[in-house]
Amino acid sequence: MSPTTANLLYLVTIAAFILALRFLSSPRHARFGVQIGAVGMLWAVIVTLFLKGVDTGWWWMAAGVVIGSVIGVVGAKKVKMTAMPQMVALFNGVGGGAAALVSLVEFHSVWANVGDVGVERGIATVFSALVGSISFAGSLVAFGKLQELVSGRPITYPAQQVGNALLFVGAIALAVVAMGSVEFWLLAAAIGAAALFGIVFVLPIGGADMPVVISLLNAFTGLAAAATGFVLHSNVLIVSGMLVGASGTLLTTLMARAMNRSLANVLFGAFGKVVATPGAAAAGGDGAAVRSATADDVAVMLAFARRVVFVPGYGLAVAQAQHDVRNLAELLEERGVDVRYAIHPVAGRMPGHMNVLLAEANVPYDELFEMDTINPEFPQTDVVVVVGANDVVNPAARNQPGSPIYGMPILDVDKAQNVVVVKRSMSPGFAGIDNPLFYDPKTVMLFDDAKAAMEKLIAAVKAV
Amino acid sequence: MSYQLVTEITILVLAAFVGFEVISKVPTLLHTPLMSGTNAIHGIVIVGAIVVMGTPHPGLFMRLVSFVAVILGTANVVGGFVVTDRMLEMFKKRPDDA
Repeated sequence: MSPTTANLLYLVTIAAFILALRFLSSPRHARFGVQIGAVGMLWAVIVTLFLKGVDTGWWWMAAGVVIGSVIGVVGAKKVKMTAMPQMVALFNGVGGGAAALVSLVEFHSVWANVGDVGVERGIATVFSALVGSISFAGSLVAFGKLQELVSGRPITYPAQQVGNALLFVGAIALAVVAMGSVEFWLLAAAIGAAALFGIVFVLPIGGADMPVVISLLNAFTGLAAAATGFVLHSNVLIVSGMLVGASGTLLTTLMARAMNRSLANVLFGAFGKVVATPGAAAAGGDGAAVRSATADDVAVMLAFARRVVFVPGYGLAVAQAQHDVRNLAELLEERGVDVRYAIHPVAGRMPGHMNVLLAEANVPYDELFEMDTINPEFPQTDVVVVVGANDVVNPAARNQPGSPIYGMPILDVDKAQNVVVVKRSMSPGFAGIDNPLFYDPKTVMLFDDAKAAMEKLIAAVKAV
Repeated sequence: MSYQLVTEITILVLAAFVGFEVISKVPTLLHTPLMSGTNAIHGIVIVGAIVVMGTPHPGLFMRLVSFVAVILGTANVVGGFVVTDRMLEMFKKRPDDA
């Protein structure tokens, strides 16, 4: 089949992908949409198998597809919903790696068959090789951080930014030089340098900033795939890659905005590094005491409340307490309590993380409320239960101009009648900032693991 | 600049606009499935991996590199779609909307 015919047939795939994204606008049809997308992908693969020039290596392909499918299916089926951010990072990384490798091989065969790469294709090759490689290595580090194989805290060392910048420029220079030479290992070395850059680029970024990083790497892989499309002159790669690039860019901006920080600050600010924050001690007021409560006390508050709002955070994911929260919520609903969930845009470790966890626990999605919707309702809320969230409910973001998170939009839980904070200890949250909410006279602390606390509350509510 | 390149850039720019348009309609509720769904979509590099795998190579090294690209691309596609489907299966409305 000629490339022209193939490009025509690829239109089916392009339409399928756009429809898939279109259907994601409502949870009702989203699953159907993704299935359309999968069929479109299958179609693209079949068309490619009949493409002119694809006429060898069938056994290699078959073996590669089998191995890749096994990895994909096992990984996707085994992963716990709480581990979804690292899984998304991993699948994102392998795509970037594939893009980089494809451009390396194509570079080699163009030199072997045509004799020169040319400027236009050269630029696309450099872009796809380097960005794909950065995305691959960066995603692996993000995976490591989320899986806690690598410290989630920012890892910094002297002259980090300068060193990283030099490495980045070096990788580009190496790749550009490689374009003018038949020596493919020069490009391979450039890909290696870019991978190294990907590692040192993500290392200094703290775990709480992962929603931004994962979105950004997602955009990177998309753009790398689009660049591969320029290398291979394949429209389907260009369009699909760019769709992902657009999505990743949009999410990155949304996440950075939800933290009220610039992208540069997220990427280079080493936010969440443990520093002695001046004024942190004063945040709680002078000698303000923390009130600690037992599960029985809290159970009484909850059982006789009219409206209870749960605020989930990363601690809920870590403790895998989503099912217990839901059980508690159901128990309260049976007693006639109006139960809602307030979801902060950057709660957790990737965009929409909490929504997925609560969906797994069978919480109907119409009980999940976004920040802007739920904020005006806190004054009419009797009890807010904060489960494993911290910085996203920190009033310092509203009223302490000196605070590192000042200006970040937060859930105004301090405006509710009562606040229960479920937390293992008084240790500060990821941003390393003290939380005045804990010292608020309306707040009681329930010191326990999120899961254990929910189980005790369920027992206690039943006994009320 | 070649005519082909101009056409390709045109396609790229239009795709960017379509992408922004379509994705800005995705509710925050579905941002994780969006992310993993687009993850699966960029697995389209599998097409590139098949092309380079199917091109005759004199040496074993490039075959191996293409082979790894096919594995990575397939893992990306299959893993991405399966995980997204698994997630979306969970999103349910209240059973009785009374």
